Amino acid sequence: MIEQSVLEEVLGVAMRTGGEFAEVFAEDRRNASAVLDDGRVEELTSGRDRGAGIRVVVGETTGFAHTADLSEAGLIAAAEAAAAAARGGGGGTNVVALHRGTSSRGYDIETFPGDVPKARKVELLTRADEAARAVGDAISQVSVSYGDNRRRILVANSDGVFVEDDTVRTFFAVSCVATGDTGMQTGRESVGHTIGFELFDMYDIDQLARNAAERAITKLAARPAPSGQMPVVIGSGGGGVLFHEACGHGLEADLVSKGASVFRGRVGQQVASKGVTVVDDGTMAREWGNIAIDDEGNPAQRNVLIEDGILTDYMWDHLRARKEGRRSSGNGRRQSYQNLPMVRMTNTYLLAGEEDPESIIASTPKGVYVKHLGGGQVNTATGDFVFGMTEAYLIEDGKVTEPLREGNLIGNGPEVLQRIDALGNDFAMGPPGTCGKDGQGVPVGDGVPTLRVSSLTIGGTAA
Amino acid sequence: MSDELLAIADRVVAMAKPGEQVEAVVVRGTETEIKVFSGDVESLSSAQSQGVGIRVVVDGRQGFAYAGSLDESAIAETLADARDNVSFATFDEFAGLAEPDGVAVPVLDLHRDAMVSFATSDKIAMAIELERVVMAADPRISGIESAEYADSISEAAIATSTGIRTVGSETSCYVATYAMAADGDETQTGFGFSVGREPSDLDPSRAALEAASRATRMLGAVQPPSGRLTVVLDPWVTAQFLGILGYTLDGESVLKGRSLFADRLGESVGSSLLTLIDDPTDVRSFTATDADGEGLAARRNVLIENGVLQQFVHNAYSARRAGTVSTGNAVRGFKSTPSVGCLSVSLVPGNSDPAALIASINDGVLVQEVSGLHSGVNPVSGDFSTGAEGLRIRNGELAEPVREFTIASTLQKMLRDVQAVGNDLEFLPMNASGVSLVVADLTVSGS
Repeated sequence: MIEQSVLEEVLGVAMRTGGEFAEVFAEDRRNASAVLDDGRVEELTSGRDRGAGIRVVVGETTGFAHTADLSEAGLIAAAEAAAAAARGGGGGTNVVALHRGTSSRGYDIETFPGDVPKARKVELLTRADEAARAVGDAISQVSVSYGDNRRRILVANSDGVFVEDDTVRTFFAVSCVATGDTGMQTGRESVGHTIGFELFDMYDIDQLARNAAERAITKLAARPAPSGQMPVVIGSGGGGVLFHEACGHGLEADLVSKGASVFRGRVGQQVASKGVTVVDDGTMAREWGNIAIDDEGNPAQRNVLIEDGILTDYMWDHLRARKEGRRSSGNGRRQSYQNLPMVRMTNTYLLAGEEDPESIIASTPKGVYVKHLGGGQVNTATGDFVFGMTEAYLIEDGKVTEPLREGNLIGNGPEVLQRIDALGNDFAMGPPGTCGKDGQGVPVGDGVPTLRVSSLTIGGTAA
Repeated sequence: MSDELLAIADRVVAMAKPGEQVEAVVVRGTETEIKVFSGDVESLSSAQSQGVGIRVVVDGRQGFAYAGSLDESAIAETLADARDNVSFATFDEFAGLAEPDGVAVPVLDLHRDAMVSFATSDKIAMAIELERVVMAADPRISGIESAEYADSISEAAIATSTGIRTVGSETSCYVATYAMAADGDETQTGFGFSVGREPSDLDPSRAALEAASRATRMLGAVQPPSGRLTVVLDPWVTAQFLGILGYTLDGESVLKGRSLFADRLGESVGSSLLTLIDDPTDVRSFTATDADGEGLAARRNVLIENGVLQQFVHNAYSARRAGTVSTGNAVRGFKSTPSVGCLSVSLVPGNSDPAALIASINDGVLVQEVSGLHSGVNPVSGDFSTGAEGLRIRNGELAEPVREFTIASTLQKMLRDVQAVGNDLEFLPMNASGVSLVVADLTVSGS
């Protein structure tokens, strides 16, 4: 993307005013998407974003500037702006010598979506629309979306790091509306992986569409969710967002260092039930949160955050790790070249236990079975979180019975971690997610086995 | 300077072939963001960004492409991509660009030179002052999660082969902070902000004290018992619900069978106390604009009047399909085609001041913060359930803080259950403004 000699020159300029660390992050990203809604392929969109973000660190201050101009002159102008923003006091000449590194994700992209004719992508939309509508007359509306992107990045910094990566992601989603006597309900299914068009060898699009349609229809007969505290069984693969919110964000070192996490100062302590092991793993092949290198040039890692209930470590980016005199854990990510990196999750999951999932439900006299959770939100300083139930059922006398309408669950991270009293042997990853933090969205994955939380507050309307 | 953008848009439009409609949206922005921590600048980002979005419509089929660059070569590639994408769309007799409708684009005071000339050192000083006032506000303040100053100067030009040529420029700035308060092992948080079009509009002290007050008053919060209660939503919370309500009134959702109000025009859909307007021409609003995403004049639209549903909002496409005219509600960035949405929605304020509203309630909750709206409100079914925190109301007075509970109902029922509308209109950093709102019979789920 950019010549090594140019990068060395630009980093030298960035350090000229006394910078202690400088970095060039360049990105060339192509997006393609297609949307079918209301029975029509509404449009295909092609997009390209290309540019570089340059940061300079002086003491506790980071200066940052970005540019869409990747010429030497454009990069030097951005480097000067970033250096000025960091207000370094020093001066002199800085020589930066880059050492080209490699990045590897351990598998190959089989079919680059850019090489696939647009007509084939459109065909998938139409097929899913037909399959969803064929489920029943109650399906009153269907929207289908396809998306792929290819993101080439380059990271070069004053520590000599020089590495490039090329990432391909492909995504497909079906959303249905079902209409009945009780009004309208919705159902959605989505799949996404860090792979190419081979995504459609992994999944049966017709089945995906039928699942979305059936979810909407099922909810037409749903009763209002209960209100109050009761045991909650989370379905395999459908509830990883619980750990993303309940503990993941609170283990991000930038929040911890500001005292904005309930998990501050708790490394080495028992923070979850015994048997609970939580991992953040950027190396997980093909998963939505997979990265070969993070957006600071560090190789992706598998990081154990909680082991058998004991807090083992936080997640780190370059800046926070540097302050603590340790290595980054490969969690420095950013939405685009226009943003500063910060500590972000990749694929966050809870390891399987040994129980039979059927027996977990059978041993729950009264509660709620949440097959799929929607998005969530957490206040890391208090640990309070919420997340939505998009598919849930009552558990009565140890059996899954009636479907429930949508509602939020609410709880407190540290409390919920201590209340996990059953872990199934049926681990699965869930659908692709976008994690939002400080206005930046990045792709993340999550996964859980079937598990039970002995008590959570269900925010329904029924007594 | 914006003329330069219009010239680029004109050049793209001039490339339209016979039988082809072409629209170019060209944007450029300068943004500064300063975060401070412990009296020092933590990060200072300053950047210029630009982009172009090109829409092509040929014989009822639409294609689109964008690029984050205004280079000649990038623009040429974008136009070629948009043209190539056309052939894959399904024929739609209503597809097409907006056309001039004779409504003059209002002249609004959205661009302030004082914003452009404000020195970086003064921006830093303002952010540092924000943090200082938070920390000094109360001995129980234990830290800040964030304290920041941000501003933007944005310009946009839209031109189409159907004769639209609109150009505009606007400035905005804000300060925002999240404060933490601690008592023993317990920590609570609170936010405060101040928004404006130029630095003199901002009041960092007020933002700081608001954040400190919100955090400290939550200390000692308990989970309330479950039950059905009368709830007062503060302006910030009301605004977030109005934002979602706006979605149910967009013409595209109505046409596509995703609006629960689809067949309700002219009917009573809520309390007669409710008059809902969308008015992007009110310059006090953070999202005020002179033109919509298709270059048509922005305008004031009354959506619900005294509880009766008056109209939906439309862009050119949804209006054509619904057999009406655009209400100037095309919403977009340069990376997407226009959708339909409210631009700046608010309730017409009532007569009661917030203290009188509280005094009128025997047993209730003042909700000051909600969480999980994106997952907890389904604008198609109307079901909602969100996390909440606030203060208990007992015998007309504010009592103990409460947290870790949800409030739930349906949007339909909530509109009918509105008991009073406050007179405390607040403009917020979002596309909705808020007032205090009293809603009866919400389900509170707690202990």
